[in-house]
Amino acid sequence: MTKLVYFAWVRERIGKGEEEIDLPAHVKTAGDLIAHLATLGEEYENALQFPKAIRVAINQEHVEHDEPIAGAREIGLFPPMTGG
Amino acid sequence: MTKPNVRVQSQDFDLSAESRTLTEGRADIGAVVSFVGLCRDEAGTLSALELEHYPGMAEAEIRRIGETAIDRFNLNGLTAIHRFGRIAPGEQIVLVIATAPHRQAAFDGASFMMDYLKTSAPFWKKEHRKDGTAGDWVSAKDADDRARDKWR
Repeated sequence: MTKLVYFAWVRERIGKGEEEIDLPAHVKTAGDLIAHLATLGEEYENALQFPKAIRVAINQEHVEHDEPIAGAREIGLFPPMTGG
Repeated sequence: MTKPNVRVQSQDFDLSAESRTLTEGRADIGAVVSFVGLCRDEAGTLSALELEHYPGMAEAEIRRIGETAIDRFNLNGLTAIHRFGRIAPGEQIVLVIATAPHRQAAFDGASFMMDYLKTSAPFWKKEHRKDGTAGDWVSAKDADDRARDKWR
């Protein structure tokens, strides 16, 4: 099981802030994860239809979409940040 | 080795108290540069901003940016405070204070912190409108990415 956390409009569109899911073996990178989640239902598809707009953090550090996710304790998916 | 003071909190902060904490009893600081970001009312249309953050990562990311700033500009003090939750127009959102022996490092350190905070710290702003209509999530700006990239 992998813990996923969502923020801002990704969270609103998916309809939850976090969940634990089993990932199929072919999901190897952050980009694979986004593509896989987008197949899980209309709300996921709506949240993740523009993968380039999605930022990913593994264990609370920013990563690129080609980053392997093996061994990740927590993966965050969220829009570009607008703090400050 | 200087460590950044980083806080992520819902409550307000006091610039003069934070500045005093950094400088009190020190004789090696020649320059203090502070930045405070406030919530605007967007020409009277905004009733509040809702700031969402990624707990844990928000502190960790600001600390990583702060450590880089201290190292790169030889700062001898750095405080960064970012608020979350509902913030009304006129209220404070973010504080950065950088101290150094000389002014240029303090100016650059504070500017670097803000440029990276805006683009890398996991915070998101949602608008609440005065007319009661659903507000939007604030979009990331290309200008903010360019401001960050000038430090590369």
